[in-house]
Amino acid sequence: MKLYGYKRIDGRVGIRNHVLILPTNICSSDTAGMIARQVNGAVSFHNQVGCSQVPSDMQYALDMMAGFAANPNVYGTIVIGLGCETCQSGLVAAEIRKRTNKPLAGLDIQKEGGTVRLMEKAVRMAQQMAIEASMQQKEEISVTDIILATECGGSDQTSGLAANPVMGAMSDRLVNDGGTVILSETTEFIGAESILASRAKNEQVKERILNIVARYEDHFIRNGENVRLGNPTPGNKHGGLTTLEEKSLGCIGKGGTTVINEVYDYGKQIAADVRGLVVMDTPGNDASSIAGMLAGGAQVVVFSSGQGTPLGSPLAPVIKITGNEHTYHMMEDNIDFDASPALTGKRSMAELGDELYALVLETCSGRQTKAEVLGFTETAVMRACNYV
Amino acid sequence: MMNALLIDSKDNVAVVTCPVGQGEQINFMDGSTMRQVEALSAIPVYHKIAVCDIPGGCRIIKYGHVIGQATRDIRLGGHVHCHNVMSFEEKGQE
Repeated sequence: MKLYGYKRIDGRVGIRNHVLILPTNICSSDTAGMIARQVNGAVSFHNQVGCSQVPSDMQYALDMMAGFAANPNVYGTIVIGLGCETCQSGLVAAEIRKRTNKPLAGLDIQKEGGTVRLMEKAVRMAQQMAIEASMQQKEEISVTDIILATECGGSDQTSGLAANPVMGAMSDRLVNDGGTVILSETTEFIGAESILASRAKNEQVKERILNIVARYEDHFIRNGENVRLGNPTPGNKHGGLTTLEEKSLGCIGKGGTTVINEVYDYGKQIAADVRGLVVMDTPGNDASSIAGMLAGGAQVVVFSSGQGTPLGSPLAPVIKITGNEHTYHMMEDNIDFDASPALTGKRSMAELGDELYALVLETCSGRQTKAEVLGFTETAVMRACNYV
Repeated sequence: MMNALLIDSKDNVAVVTCPVGQGEQINFMDGSTMRQVEALSAIPVYHKIAVCDIPGGCRIIKYGHVIGQATRDIRLGGHVHCHNVMSFEEKGQE
């Protein structure tokens, strides 16, 4: 199947063509949303970070924002700041420029004299950018240009048995065809980190895998929490999970079985010459995990949920898959792919993996997902600590 | 009718996909071969059943990897869960 996408001036390839109205913090979020609603082709989201943060925490916010603007699905970005936030619009623009030279503009609410005065200028800028974006033509692209983010959330017993193994089969196919897959959710590696580490390309990658797990566990311990205790939960055990290793193996299965080539910290840009399976340090929390991978450059997301979730993203199509037949029928308006035939043996994991892969390619070529059509844009960001 | 799932051919446990009563036959695919095992006791849905004898001290394999260790002898068709499995990861805990 031929793939078509947008070749950006920075050399990356997008499968959607958004104008991003980027709020630098919560104070400019509603304003950014209003601007986006005035302009066809513009997207925005609520940004809960960007202010009242210590430097280490602020870095996650900057990486998310710069990464979103640099995401290949974005044609260009208009940064909307307040004026007094720690993530000043000028600082955010500089971070964006480190990653990409795509179209970029910015305005501050306080400088323009409030939201209504800013709206006039911003809508005019966004209108112009959207017209330019509409002139972009799709060209033939390769599956080697695709970076796919994997995620699981709202898990139940079927997640580790059907949905994630089917995703794993799909991930292996994409990697074998030369594409890139991101495995994330560091908290879900705990218990299976040595298995993951054994699949590392070299010693350096191996150490990084073990390090991000140790770092995350240490973070909880310093906050007085031990994530290994009581894990699997009584509910997990009632549902059939016996050990932590088993639970984690069920999670990491969605990344497939191939060699792990690189490990990225949250929201860092995946290098242009990297391919195959990579790991990104993200929380198990769905919205923030997906945001980190989008900031890394993922153009498409596949998300397994046993219990069902409507979650979307402002930048990329999110393909929902479930291994629970009941969930699929109950939430068919929000779920794109039914992996439950794997449980009944009606279809093999390999067959379903191939079907899912075909759906991924169709989505890359323009087919909209259910979350995308409904316009869901939930976004969150990883945190180092509380607000100041 | 398939009522269990063997995830990897190296696994020594299968997962039942509906509740199984004592003495009931479970059927699952091992690659392209269908296999059958008799359940020695009732197995709740999504719980594990041994597809070969697993002596005490031996490793439980699921997803092609070690998920724990048998704390006592488990027979073919036996229920495999917290009562006869110990985690390696949980060993180090206080």
